[in-house]
Parts: sequence; C-alpha cells; structure tokens
Amino acid sequence: MEAPLIEIKDISFEYEETKALENISMKVEKGDFLAILGPNGSGKSTLLKIMLGLIKPTKGSIKLFGVDSKNFKHREWIGYVSQKSNSFNSGFPATVEEVVAGGLAKKAGLFRRLPKTVDEDVLDALKSVGMEAFLHRSISELSGGQQQRVFIARALVAKPKMLILDEPTVGIDHQNVQAFYDMLAALNREKEITLVMVTHDVDTVTDRISHVACLNQTIHFHGFKEQFQTLSDEERASWYGHSVRKIHHVGGAH
Amino acid sequence: MIDAIFTYEFLQNAFGAGLIIGVIAPLLGVFIVVRRLSLIADALSHVTLAGIAGSLYLSQSVVVFSALNPLFLGIAASVGGSVLIERLRTLYKHYEELAIPIILSAGIGFGAIFISLAQGFSNDLFGYLFGSVSAVSREDLLIVVAIAIVVLAFIVIFFKELFVLSFDDEYAKASGLPAKWIHFMFMIVTALVIAGSMRIVGILLVSSLMTIPVAAAMRVSKSFKQTITLSIIFGEASVIAGLISAFYFDLAPGGTIVVTSILLLLLVLIYKKIAVSVKRGAIA
Repeated sequence: MEAPLIEIKDISFEYEETKALENISMKVEKGDFLAILGPNGSGKSTLLKIMLGLIKPTKGSIKLFGVDSKNFKHREWIGYVSQKSNSFNSGFPATVEEVVAGGLAKKAGLFRRLPKTVDEDVLDALKSVGMEAFLHRSISELSGGQQQRVFIARALVAKPKMLILDEPTVGIDHQNVQAFYDMLAALNREKEITLVMVTHDVDTVTDRISHVACLNQTIHFHGFKEQFQTLSDEERASWYGHSVRKIHHVGGAH
Repeated sequence: MIDAIFTYEFLQNAFGAGLIIGVIAPLLGVFIVVRRLSLIADALSHVTLAGIAGSLYLSQSVVVFSALNPLFLGIAASVGGSVLIERLRTLYKHYEELAIPIILSAGIGFGAIFISLAQGFSNDLFGYLFGSVSAVSREDLLIVVAIAIVVLAFIVIFFKELFVLSFDDEYAKASGLPAKWIHFMFMIVTALVIAGSMRIVGILLVSSLMTIPVAAAMRVSKSFKQTITLSIIFGEASVIAGLISAFYFDLAPGGTIVVTSILLLLLVLIYKKIAVSVKRGAIA
C-alpha cells in the first residue's frame, strides 16, 4: 500500500508561549482534495507552513511521502501557492513566462540551468490553468484572479504530485471564485494532483472537495465531505466559535 | 579624449574601473531594488567609509597600514557590515528595517572619529566621498576586476534562485531553495560591489548607481531580463558621460555620473508619460 503523502503525528506548535496548534494528527492520502477550515487565528496557515517545512513544530513528527520531513529531498513533488497578498511584490518587472519558469528552479537543481524543455513546460502549465494567452504579459498588469492562476501554473510547472494552497482566493472577486475552484477540482480529477487547501469559503468549496479538516488549535473534525455535511449547525459552532451554516446560493448548484 | 586615455595610465584605470562598475552596480542593483533593499546599499557604503577612514588614519602611525590599499579595509568593513545587518535583521524580526539606521549611523560614527583623529587627509577623503578620475590606481583597477569576476559568477550561477527569491521569498523557501544562504551570499557580494565602486562614484553616491539606472529601466521594461539589460545600458551611459565630463570640467566623477543618471531617469519618465498619452489618445 502506498504511503500517505502527508502523515502528521501528534504535532504541537507554540508561538512566543502562545499555543497555536495542539496534538494534531492527520493523514493526506493520494488523490485527496482536502479543505482545511477554521476561524481566523485557528492555526491553519501555521499547519501548512509545518507541512511545507517552513517552520518546525515544537512537538511531534511529520512524514512526507513516507519519509521523515527532515530527510525528505523531493520538495519539487510539492507545489505551493501562497496568499497572493502576503508574499508577492505586485510591481515586480517580470513576464508571466518568467514567473512560471521560476517554478522549475528547485527541480533543475543548484548550479544547473533550467531544462531545455522550459518553454513547453511553461506553456503546458499555463494551458492547464487557462492562461496560455498571457504568456508574454507583465505579471503586474493582471487581475488578482489571473495572477493567482499564474501562481498555480508556477506550482504545476515542476509537475508536482501535491499542491498546498493557502487561502488562494484572497483578492479574487466573488464572481471568479467559483471558476477558480472548478479549475482546482479539474486538476485534482484529471491530473490526479492531491490538493490541500486552507480556505474560508466553506459553502463554495464543499461540492468540489473530497475531505474536510476542521481546525481550531486542534483538529475537531477530519473526514469525508459527506460526513462534514451531516454535522449540525450546533456541532460546527462548537469548534468554529460562532454559527456556521451551509448557505444555498440562488441559482447555484449547492 | 581617446588619445588621452591611450597616453595616461590614470585615465585607463579610471575608465576601465568605471566601465566595469557601470555593468556590475546596476546588475546587482536590479535585485537590490526589486527586493526593496535599496537603503542597505546606503548603510554599507557608510560602513565602508569607516573602514577607509580607519585605514587612512592607521596609515599615519602604523607602518603596515601605510603600505596597504585603504580599499582592503573598506571591503572588510563593508562585508562585516553586511553580516551585522543580517544578524540584526534576525534579532529584530518584526522591525527588520531597524538594522539599516543602526549600521548606517555606526558607519558614520566610526568614520567621523577616524577623520577627527587623523586631522588631515582631506584630499584623499574627498576622493573617497565623491569619486576621483585621477586617484584610481592600477591596483584599484585590479581589485575592481576581481570583484566583477566574483559578482558575475555569482549572478550567472544563482540567477534562477535569485529571481525566485526576489519575486517571492516565501515561495522560494517553501520550494526548498537554500534561500537563507543565497541571501547571505547576496549581501556579501553587495558589500563587495559597494566597496569596489566607491573609487569612481564615491561612498556617498555609490548606492545611486545601483538604484537610479534600475528605476529608469523599470519604467519601460516588459520583463525581468529586459530590466537588467536596460539598467546596465543606463548605468554604462551614466558612467561614460559622467567620467568624460568630470575629466574635461575637473569635477568629481561621482557627481557627474549620478547627475547624468538622474537626467536619463527624467528623460525616461518624460518618454513614458508621452507614450502613455499617445496610447490613450489612440484608444480614445
């Protein structure tokens, strides 16, 4: 049997003596589309950063593709899409092509040039997010949603087995959020890329995902989305801190 | 002018060093500007001043230092300053920018003390502050050549990593790139360029040659590589025009080079404004 792509055991994390995460244990299996839900300050982004090796947990262990994260060498198997507003310098003078090609830096390796197939790889990645027409455009000229698609292409260009996304719809206008999640679902379904995503869009995303993890310092629920959908409003409120109800959008599919 | 360059060694040195600096300062400057580290160049140039002033002072009383090119102590101070800036940025995680005024004022402070102690070397010091056409020795030129080789090798070898790190440092770290080490090496290389450039441009103006050509290039560039190319072209044009005017009018080359780069920036801004107006007019 194939090892889980992520296996977290009893992880805790303290930030300046404040507990951010407590005794987290969970697995992400191949093919999952996992949404990590939780209120602000619940430790969602911290958990993602631990998964990515950006911060070390105070306690516990993490395995990536069956290997202890400290010894894991294939970072290129994991694509990362951060909150656009957090880390991206919006006035950066670069084309979409240059930004996406940057996603091959780790895979190519230190002291080596980008592969000869870089042009095809970049175009393929942009096609999979519907942005091939923007190849030569400046990244700063694009809308928030378009930029986020480019960042997904940058994560896809190295052909990762898993994508980790931290609130990818921040800065995207409401009309485009649904199309954005459809694109992620298609990547999961057609390219068999495992997806782990932190999000606030509980209602919009539940139809596209396979699993849900509810986090508020510790894991309150982790299971199939169908199980999540059977939770009562009271059960959700008990961990979320205030009432969370499924909203039926007029004219929507859910 | 061409005849004079072939005749006088000091002009060969000045133009040789100037042409090299015209490439490496804006080249590294592109990464400094897009990473929003422009003020670090200023802080390091002032630390270099402390090293130079210290060397000039010591050369009056210690025999070893009288034979030593002050540039070496300047380089050592600049590299040391870059390491200290990084340490302070780690220490003040939430106020990283504090490192810059701390190191900058420390550089000026030590520089002022050494200058007061020396009670002399005003001519030498003027050259270091604002650059000099006549003061560049063959040894200075060779130091600049060595620095240029290190800088070019660093940029060529780590170009893709530097690009990713400059664009999105969190992504660079998450991808498993050795972001910390590349940044550390970048700081050392920056310190080297600053120390190497100051003979021509001067300590007080060296950061301008790393930022103004880039500021002009960014207004008209469509891509990162184009930004680099245009920055080098603007940098070289500023150095050549600045050195020639400094030679003919007996002015400090630091001033003429920087004023030329400012004029180029103004021309680019005017061109860009006209181009945008024409485009808008065509659309309307």
